[in-house]
Amino acid sequence: MSTTTTSIIKKTLGGNLREYGIIGALMVIVLLFQALTGGKLLQPNNVASLIQQNAYVMILAIGMVIVIVAGHIDLSVGSVVAFVGGVVALLMKDVGMPWLVAVLAGILLGALVGAWQGFWVAYVGIPAFIVTLAGMLIFRGLAIILVGVTQSGFPDPFVQISNGSLPNSLGFLANLDIMTLTLGTITIAALVFSQVRTRRSLIRHELHAEPFGAFISKLVIFSLLIGAVAWVLAGSRGGTPTVLLIVGALIVAYGFLMSRTVFGRHVYAMGGNLHAAILSGVDTRRVNFLIFVNIGALAGVAAIVTTSRAGAAVAAAGQNFELDAIAACFIGGTAVTGGIGRVSGAIVGALVMGVLNMGLSIMSVDPAWQQAIKGLVLLVAVAFDLVNKRRAGTR
Amino acid sequence: MPSNSTILEMRGITKTFPGVKALQDVTLEVARGEVHGICGENGAGKSTLMQVLSGVYPHGSYEGDILFEGEPCEFRKIRDSEDRGIVIIHQELALSPYLSIAENIFLGNEQQRRGVIDWNKTNSEAAKLLARVGLDETPDTKVIDIGVGKQQLVEIAKALSKEVKLLILDEPTAALNDEDSAHLLDLIRSLKGHGITSIIISHKLNEIAAIADRTTVIRDGEAIETLDMHGAEPVTEERLIRGMVGRALDHRFPERTAPKIGEEVLRVEDWTVHHPIDTSRVVVDHANVSVRRGEIVGLAGLMGAGRTELAMSIFGRSYGAHITGRLIKDGQEITVHSVGEAIRHGIAYATEDRKKYGLNLIDDIKRNITASALGKVARWGVMDADGETRIAGKFRTDMNIKAPSVNVVAGTLSGGNQQKVVLSKWVFTDPDVLILDEPTRGIDVGAKYEIYTIINALADAEKAVIVISSELPELLGICDRIYALSAGRITGELTRAEASQESLMHLMTMEKEAV
Repeated sequence: MSTTTTSIIKKTLGGNLREYGIIGALMVIVLLFQALTGGKLLQPNNVASLIQQNAYVMILAIGMVIVIVAGHIDLSVGSVVAFVGGVVALLMKDVGMPWLVAVLAGILLGALVGAWQGFWVAYVGIPAFIVTLAGMLIFRGLAIILVGVTQSGFPDPFVQISNGSLPNSLGFLANLDIMTLTLGTITIAALVFSQVRTRRSLIRHELHAEPFGAFISKLVIFSLLIGAVAWVLAGSRGGTPTVLLIVGALIVAYGFLMSRTVFGRHVYAMGGNLHAAILSGVDTRRVNFLIFVNIGALAGVAAIVTTSRAGAAVAAAGQNFELDAIAACFIGGTAVTGGIGRVSGAIVGALVMGVLNMGLSIMSVDPAWQQAIKGLVLLVAVAFDLVNKRRAGTR
Repeated sequence: MPSNSTILEMRGITKTFPGVKALQDVTLEVARGEVHGICGENGAGKSTLMQVLSGVYPHGSYEGDILFEGEPCEFRKIRDSEDRGIVIIHQELALSPYLSIAENIFLGNEQQRRGVIDWNKTNSEAAKLLARVGLDETPDTKVIDIGVGKQQLVEIAKALSKEVKLLILDEPTAALNDEDSAHLLDLIRSLKGHGITSIIISHKLNEIAAIADRTTVIRDGEAIETLDMHGAEPVTEERLIRGMVGRALDHRFPERTAPKIGEEVLRVEDWTVHHPIDTSRVVVDHANVSVRRGEIVGLAGLMGAGRTELAMSIFGRSYGAHITGRLIKDGQEITVHSVGEAIRHGIAYATEDRKKYGLNLIDDIKRNITASALGKVARWGVMDADGETRIAGKFRTDMNIKAPSVNVVAGTLSGGNQQKVVLSKWVFTDPDVLILDEPTRGIDVGAKYEIYTIINALADAEKAVIVISSELPELLGICDRIYALSAGRITGELTRAEASQESLMHLMTMEKEAV
C-alpha cells in the first residue's frame, strides 16, 4: 500500500472517529447512568419519556446548528417558545380554533418572528447576538402579557402530540408493540439501502470508498443500535411516541438540507469564509434571512411540543431552552467560529443533554446541581474536542 | 569606510524564507544626520530589510551583522531596536483609533507613577511633541477624528517621545495628498536639522530625488548601488528607474503563439469609484479600459494606485461607493449591482488574497471549485454529489492540482495549488472576462510558469483575460497590452511591442500635474 493511500485512510478514519467519538461519549454516559440508577434509565417507559421530554432540545438544536454554522447565534428561542405556546393556547381556548389549525398558525407565527429577527440581522446588519438578545426580552415580555394565568384544558389530540404514542394497530408479539418493531425494521432497511447506494455510486465513479470491512461493521453497529431502541420502545406503555416521528422526520429532512442542497452549501460557505462566499456570488443576505425564518418556525414547532407535553401554556415556559440548544450544538462538534457542524452531531449532543437530565432526575439530584453538572459536561466536551483538534493539527 | 559619521551599518544581510531568498548579501551604510532614500520595485526586499533592522525578524533568523553607532546589535524584538533609538513607522499606521492623540503617543510608554497615569504630564508632554511636529490639534483629540496626514504626524511625535536617533519611514506619503506630503517632507528636513537621521522608503521617486542626500537602490533582494544625490551629476528619476528595473527578461514565460484576438468583450467607460468609508476620496478616477476576446490585458500600478479597487468595483460593486460610469459587455450596456449579477454576465474575479477572500480554507477542493456556480451541479436546489466530484476531478487533472483527491481540505494545499483551485473555481463559472488579481503572488517559480500556461490557454479558449500584477516582468512576459495606473487614473496604454519596464515605471509614477 502506498504512503498516500495510507494517509487517506488515516484521514477518513480520523475524520469519522471524531463523529464516532461523540456517539461513544453518549454511550458511556448512558451506561454510567444505567449503572448509577440501578438499571432504571433504560426501562422502556423511561426511554419513551426521555424522547418525549427532550424532543424540544432536538428540534431547537436542528435550527440552532444551522444558525451557528452560518456564524450567528440565536438567544431568543426560549422566549419564542413561550410566546408562540401562549398564542396557540389562546387560539384554541379563546378563539376556539380547531387544534390542527392552531398548530399550523403557531408554526407560521414562529416563522414570522424569525422573519422579524432575520430582517434586522440580514438587511440592517445588526449582529445576531444583539438582535436575538432583544428578541429574548421582547418575546418573553409579550408572553407574560398574553398568558396572564396558566392556560390549560386543551383538546385531547393536541395533548397527545407529546404524550401519546402511535396506535398499536398491528397488535402485540410477546408483549411487544408490532408497530414499533415494524418502524424499527423500516428504519434499518432504509439506512442499509441508502448507505449501499452511496457506496455503489462512489465505487462506480472510482472514488475513494472506505474499506468493505469498516463499511459492514459500521452498518451492523448502527442497525443494532436502532434495533435496540426499537426493541426497548416496543416494550413501553404506548409503543412509539408520536413526537419521535416528528423529530425523526425533521432530522432526515434537515440532514438532507444541510448536506445535499445548494442552500446548505451556502450556509457552510458563509460560515467558513464570509468574504469568499460574498465574492463567490452567494446572496448572503437572503441566506441569513432564511436561516432565521427557519429557526423561528422550528421554535414554533418546539412551542407546540412543549405546550402539548405540559398540557398547559405558562409565561415562564421555555426558560433556558436557548442554552440547551446551543450546548447541544457545541457538544455535538459544531465550531464556535462557524463553518463546521452537522445536524446529526447536534442531535447526539441533544441526546447527551437529555440522558443527563433524565438520569439525574431519576437519581433525584437537586435541580441546582443538575444545572451545574450540565455546565461542566459542556465545558469538558468542548475542551476535549479542542484538544483533539489541536493534536490533529500538530501531527 | 565607516567612520564616526556612520550611524548605521548593515553588513552582508541575507534573509531567506522557505523557497525564496528575500535578501542576498545586502550592505547598507547610513551616515549620521542624513536622509537616506531606499527605492526598488514591489517585492524587491526593501521592507524585509527594514524589518531585519527593527527586529521584526529577530537576530538569528538572518545572516549578517548590524552595527548601530559602532556597536554590534542583536535585536530580538521591536522593543530592542526602539531602546537603541531606532523607530520604524509602517505604511499601515499602528494607532489605536478610539484613544486620544496623547494616549497614542505614550502607548506602551505611559507617563505614570506606580501604575497610575499622570494625565497632566501626559497631555503637557504630548502638547510639546505636537508643537515639534507642527500638528495643530489638542492632545485629547481622538485619533479617529483626524485625517491620515495628521495621523502620520502623530506617529512621528510618538517616535520623538522615544528619543529617536534613526527614524525609518516606510512609504510615508502613500496615503497622503500633495499638501500633507509636502508638510511631511518639510518635517523630515527640520528633524534632520535637529540631528535625527531618517531612512525613507518611497515609490514616489520625485520625493526621493527632492529630499534624500543619498539613495540605495534594491533590486531582487540585492543592494545594487548607492547614489549620492548631491553629486556632480544630478540623479534624475530616470536614473533611479534604470537602477530599479535594470535586468534582462529570461525564459520565465511560456511562448504565446499567434494570439487570435477577436472583437471587444468588455469596455469600461468613465469609471469613477470613491473610497467606501472616506467617501470624499476618489480611488478610481474616470478610468477607461477595454478588453477583447482572446486578449490578455495587463493592469500595472504601484501599491495604492487603484488596480484592485477598479477590478472589484467592476465585479458587482464588491468595492467602493458612489460608483459612476458605464460597463459595456458585447456591445450592450449592462448594469451590475451584485457579485451574482456579475457572474451571470460572464465576469469573474480571482482575488489577490486567496486565503482571506478566495477560498473556504476549512472546506475541501471540490466544494471550493463549485462554490461560484452551484447551479451547474444541482437540480431543483439539490446537489448532484457525484457530478460535483467528477467535475472537480477533471479540474484536478486539467489544472494539475497536486493533491491525492478532491476531498483534500483547501487550507492544507501549497500556495500554487490553492491558486489553481481558485482559477478552477472561476473557469467553472464559464466566464467571458476573467480578472486575475496578482495571480502569482506568493507562489514559487515552477508553479508560476504553470499559472502562466493556464492563462495562455484561457486566452486561446477565447476568454478575455485581465491580469493585475505588481511584477512588471510578469506583465511584460504574458500580456498583449498593458494599462498603467497612477493614483487612480489610467496614465497610459502600451502594446506588448511598445512596453518596457522603464516606460511602464514612468507612467506608474506619473504625478497629477504631469498628466
